[in-house]
Amino acid sequence: MEQTNNKSPIDKVWSFFASVKFAIIIFALIAVTSIFGTILEQRAEPAKNLQVLSRIFNESIAPGLYNIFDKLGFMDMYHSWWFMTLLVLFAVNLIVCSLDRLPRIWKLVKEPISPLPEERIKKFLINREISLKGPADTVRKTVLEAAKGVGFTCHEVKEENGYQFFAQKGNYGRLGVYLTHLSILIILIGALFGARFGFKGFMEVGEGTVSNTAFDGNKELSMDFLVKCDNFDVEFYGMSDMPKEYKSWLTIIKDGKEVMKKSITVNDPLTYEGITFYQSSYGLIPNGLGSGIFIFNVVSKNGHSSFLNLRLGDSFQIPGTAITGKILDFSPALRIMNGQASTYANMMNNPAVLVDFTESGKQKFSGWIFRRHPESWQLPDGNRVEFHNYWGVEYTGLQVRKDPGVWVVYLGCILMSIGLFTAFFISHHRIWIKLVEEKGKTRIIAGANTNKNRGTLERKIDRMISVLNSRQEGAK
Amino acid sequence: MESSLFFGISTMAYITAMMIYITYLAFKKAPVGIIATTVTIVGFFSQTLAIILRWKEFAELSGMGILRSAPLTNLYESMTFFVWCLILGYLIIEFKFKNRSFGAFITPIAGLVLAFIDLTGVSKEIQPLVPALKSNWLLAHVTMSFIAYAAFAMSFATGLMYLIITAEKKSEISYLFWTFTFGLFAILLVTMGIDFLTFQVKVRPEEFIKSYLFKTSFLHPSSVVKIISWIASFTALFVIWKYGYVLKGVLEKLNVTPDMLEEITYRSIAVGFPIFTLGGLIFGAIWADQAWGVYWSWDPKETWSLITWFIYAFYLHGRMVRGWKGKKVAIVAVIGFAAVIFTYLGVNLLLSGLHSYGSG
Repeated sequence: MEQTNNKSPIDKVWSFFASVKFAIIIFALIAVTSIFGTILEQRAEPAKNLQVLSRIFNESIAPGLYNIFDKLGFMDMYHSWWFMTLLVLFAVNLIVCSLDRLPRIWKLVKEPISPLPEERIKKFLINREISLKGPADTVRKTVLEAAKGVGFTCHEVKEENGYQFFAQKGNYGRLGVYLTHLSILIILIGALFGARFGFKGFMEVGEGTVSNTAFDGNKELSMDFLVKCDNFDVEFYGMSDMPKEYKSWLTIIKDGKEVMKKSITVNDPLTYEGITFYQSSYGLIPNGLGSGIFIFNVVSKNGHSSFLNLRLGDSFQIPGTAITGKILDFSPALRIMNGQASTYANMMNNPAVLVDFTESGKQKFSGWIFRRHPESWQLPDGNRVEFHNYWGVEYTGLQVRKDPGVWVVYLGCILMSIGLFTAFFISHHRIWIKLVEEKGKTRIIAGANTNKNRGTLERKIDRMISVLNSRQEGAK
Repeated sequence: MESSLFFGISTMAYITAMMIYITYLAFKKAPVGIIATTVTIVGFFSQTLAIILRWKEFAELSGMGILRSAPLTNLYESMTFFVWCLILGYLIIEFKFKNRSFGAFITPIAGLVLAFIDLTGVSKEIQPLVPALKSNWLLAHVTMSFIAYAAFAMSFATGLMYLIITAEKKSEISYLFWTFTFGLFAILLVTMGIDFLTFQVKVRPEEFIKSYLFKTSFLHPSSVVKIISWIASFTALFVIWKYGYVLKGVLEKLNVTPDMLEEITYRSIAVGFPIFTLGGLIFGAIWADQAWGVYWSWDPKETWSLITWFIYAFYLHGRMVRGWKGKKVAIVAVIGFAAVIFTYLGVNLLLSGLHSYGSG
């Protein structure tokens, strides 16, 4: 009590911020408040959360509750002033508690281990005593070997009537906790840095078009290069409509020159000048469905072939024949059920074209040709129309990110992994073994101390003692 | 689908082992214990074989190579993997501590998970991977998360046992807490069971939980049934509170000591926490960064894993506060696992977000 009274107010504040109690209060506050943000959808339309609230509570009180939560910042709580305050307090606690404890721990880590008097060795929570026959000089080697057998290479000093051996291991393990604390601070700094100097936005680029602007709500990021979408495609599993891969072929154009070309998929983005483009969504260009380009490879039955770029309504000739085809209709997702053709989705799930074939003015046949069904490419007369793509109607949605802080965050993550594994899996073990020669016998007093997992060290010491005991019996 | 045969064998083995372990707990005959362990080991090997076979089937079906075809991509696969980790962890503890009593607490968790799969009609089909899951991070992120979940499940079981065995008075917080948790768990299981039996719907689990949950009890249209459900629940809680100490007597007869339970609880968390941090949070963040362009977006799944992380950080630091080691932090360990369950299941079934693969 006396000590507390003597503390200056600054010391009191310091020890409050350094205390474990303060830390766990912060942990609890962050954990509990975070729950709200997972129930109320963040940065959402008010109607959504009104619905959530009326489902949980009652329709009549939902609007009132919504207003209260909204005023308190719960609709975007992870960016609210009070959540930021919690994170700042968390950081302050990490800094203060580490500064408070580190000098003491550092001393423990750096301090070389030194011999101790017998009473001190006996006071350790792990202590054993046995007696072996023979003078200390002969027992000495057995003990050193037994200690080495459980992983301790001991220092040794000659004492009155005997020896003392001592060793320590894993002293740097004590720093793991502080490395973990530091890593959290580094991650927070990296996140702050990214939020301050980075950008997160979204852009849509149609097939065959270019763009240099990404948007984040009203914020705008103009890049000094152009992103061109050469093509976008969805790959499906077999003949199903389950997507297997979303793929965009992108070209970066700077000062009129193509500087980079890459096809990106969901887990494989493109990075140029610190800005990364991620495959995020896709869709049909509004009102553009009729104005795309069909890419056909037309192959006649005697082997002539030609690649054609055509538009809706165009006619083409099968090379080496008098047969012409005319593109009458197109569907992005065609299904034929009971002989009835219908469009079942507003996405390019199963593109198909209706082609009418005539030979010298006479109608031959007409039918749907599907891009995803090569068997529909084969015409009844042996010629083939390969439908490769319908290009220029889709856009790719790209998540655009510039984050100079991400490497700081990654560095923090690496340090955290090292810190945690050191903190949990490396224990600081210290052992002392004293040999005292008495009347032709040698008393062995062993003591050991650790900062965690006492059981493990205790089992080691017991193993060492049992080795010594068996040597004794073997010598009889 | 040879794998399903071996999965079936393992499910039966675990449920049988659960009953044998409970018998062992009641009568404490050594041969009974040996049979229980043997049955568990048989189940474990059968499940290992099943996972390998399913992995092979998946690799052949998807043609993506072994690394990317780990059978860990939907609710069914992740749950069975969780059970596998849990049983492995339990067997290690059984051999290390030469004590079978935990079996009666661990195998019911395994049995309940497997029962949940069948009860809710979770799809067992091998499903093709959605584009976002096609990554080498899948294997590391998911396996490590589930190894950690299994370690946390272990700490939950021993933490609960610790609370049971150290209870002295019926009025103390730790006794109230464990009987209440236990009661809540039982009530949830019973009401969900009644829901299922009443509707018998073969719907996707998320639909079941969103539209049918508690419709036969707390959310029944008739207010009489509602009131009866609440009265029944409170009666159940009261009965468990009144007679809960019986379990203490049972535990005391076995050679488990509070110290041993404390140690296993701590050790499990000490293993689970770093693995969870690295595999769950860090690898998850790196993967999110690669696929979505944000390493952290406060998505419900991310936030709930952070909540879980903070609760276990609370546990680890709480042990250092004078007088907290023991009952108080054991309560935190139990709460921690409730957060794990919510992170794993609750988020996918109740909340929406980017991370919705596991619900199918």
